[in-house]
Amino acid sequence: MTTDTAVRPAPAPGSPGAGARARSRFPVSGGTALGLGSAVLYMSLIVLIPLAVVVWRSADQGLGYFWRAVTTPDAWAALTFTVGASVIVALINLVMGTIIAWVLVRDRFPGKGIVDTLIDLPFALPTIVAGLVLLALYGPESPLGVNLAYSRIGVVLALLFVTLPFVVRTVQPVLLELDRDMEQAAASLGASAFQTFRRIILPNLVPAMLSGTALAFTRSIAEFGSTVLISGNLPFKTQVAAVNIFSQIEGDNQTGAAAISTVLLIVALVALISLDLLQRWGSRRG
Amino acid sequence: MAIEVRDVNKSFGTTPVLRDVSIDVESGSLTALLGPSGGGKSTLLRVIAGLEQPDTGTVMISGVDATRLSPQRRNVGFVFQHYAAFKHLSVFRNVAFGLEIRKRPKDEIRKRVMELLELVHLEKMADRYPSQLSGGQRQRMALARALAVEPEVLLLDEPFGALDAQVRKELRTWLRRLHDEVHVTTVFVTHDQEEAIEVADTIVVLANGAVEQVGSPAEVYDNPANPFVMRFLGPVTEIGGSLVRPHDIEISTTPTEGATEATVSRIVRLGFEVRVELEIAGQEAWVQVTRGFAERLALQPGDTVNVRPNPGSRSLALSAV
Repeated sequence: MTTDTAVRPAPAPGSPGAGARARSRFPVSGGTALGLGSAVLYMSLIVLIPLAVVVWRSADQGLGYFWRAVTTPDAWAALTFTVGASVIVALINLVMGTIIAWVLVRDRFPGKGIVDTLIDLPFALPTIVAGLVLLALYGPESPLGVNLAYSRIGVVLALLFVTLPFVVRTVQPVLLELDRDMEQAAASLGASAFQTFRRIILPNLVPAMLSGTALAFTRSIAEFGSTVLISGNLPFKTQVAAVNIFSQIEGDNQTGAAAISTVLLIVALVALISLDLLQRWGSRRG
Repeated sequence: MAIEVRDVNKSFGTTPVLRDVSIDVESGSLTALLGPSGGGKSTLLRVIAGLEQPDTGTVMISGVDATRLSPQRRNVGFVFQHYAAFKHLSVFRNVAFGLEIRKRPKDEIRKRVMELLELVHLEKMADRYPSQLSGGQRQRMALARALAVEPEVLLLDEPFGALDAQVRKELRTWLRRLHDEVHVTTVFVTHDQEEAIEVADTIVVLANGAVEQVGSPAEVYDNPANPFVMRFLGPVTEIGGSLVRPHDIEISTTPTEGATEATVSRIVRLGFEVRVELEIAGQEAWVQVTRGFAERLALQPGDTVNVRPNPGSRSLALSAV
């Protein structure tokens, strides 16, 4: 009895190619070393070093200063509002994104291709343009008579717009790949459409749904461009963390800006890690 | 009758897939739906399972008109070519699925699932996931899953089609033995005539969406209804305007009554059998003989021999065109 997932044995020493590079003392092949090296270098230059600098800067003047900077009333209000709004946005897009992905994969309707392309528009559009469009539609001169400008709902709307593609685009390919025979097998075993969805389809989609939600959430807490116009940046009301950071920088408070940035970073990291743990826990439970 | 299919028609778009198909499947039998791909056999199986709706016609299962019943309510077990394993569930939970849906007590489920896993020799794999099983094991799991709900009929769609030749042969024999143990009315689809002959009690030959012939393996092999069935069920060759099985041809070096003269063009040894390729009046034909027989005749390419169909063997006259 063999299994499909047999672990491939490590290449034997003296395998073809080993002779030619006999002097290399690295157990990895040249190709792997090159790949790994450039990946680490790139990650360091683009991501790790800048983030480390931010964290470093935030601790410039001691932990006490860090704490005071984060808990100034306007900064704290911006942070809690941002995180709260992002949770709501992530949850709404979790549900709506999954539904949209479902419709795009499973249903046939005229204009499906166009809708499928439109999903990516929030990615393609400069976010400030998105803010401009939303303000024109739902601002004081709204043709629809809905004025959401300078309100928290307006901010949530902007965040929903910007983060829509994440869940759709993570769930869609998984749904496409999902074996339809599984659903028919469930049906012939007596499962209703709902039972099939709940017991067969959903468990297969959850990992993609969770990672899409995590991406939407982390994108949302960092959003600047789309919210800057529609929010009106009213401190204690509609100002989001990214805009608060920007105003700190304008006020020449570099350390305070870095401190708030660090808090956002920690929140994002905690969100990503806990969703990852949730997934592992889920897959272990089966 | 466990299954009665009457005058079923089904088209996909404008392409007819099933044309006036009527078949009867006896209770407790093991029936093969045999035919070339695109012949409609899988569609017929799916119509019986309720996974496809026929355009016209009826399907009765155990005397009940099931034509408009949903798959959930037909009480059929269906096994798919590519296993359709629930990959997020363990082998145990896969097999238990139908029983869990039926809200059977936990103890009963555990007992029944372990019995079935023993039946399909997977009792040690209960906690594995489908991705950790081989193709043959996955298909046996799928079979146990389908049997768990005690279906009135078991339907298998090319069950061994995705497996390699060796496993396929093992599973075939095993399916036959399993059926002798469990006695559930079984219909399986195959395009492999050897598989159908070896496993089934009854063979239904389907081509171009219509039933060509129904009979026991011996009947369809020995008394094919038409040249198509004869060609599909086994090797054929053409002698004197008739289709003959190449092992039903007498070959001799001396003139015999009713024999035709032929020239040996090639001799191919395939283990114990020898394939003698002939030319008869510009037409190619071949004869299958045993190795011993070929050695006794000491045939050489270029020899002239006399061939005639075995008296008593079945041959089909091809209408001269």
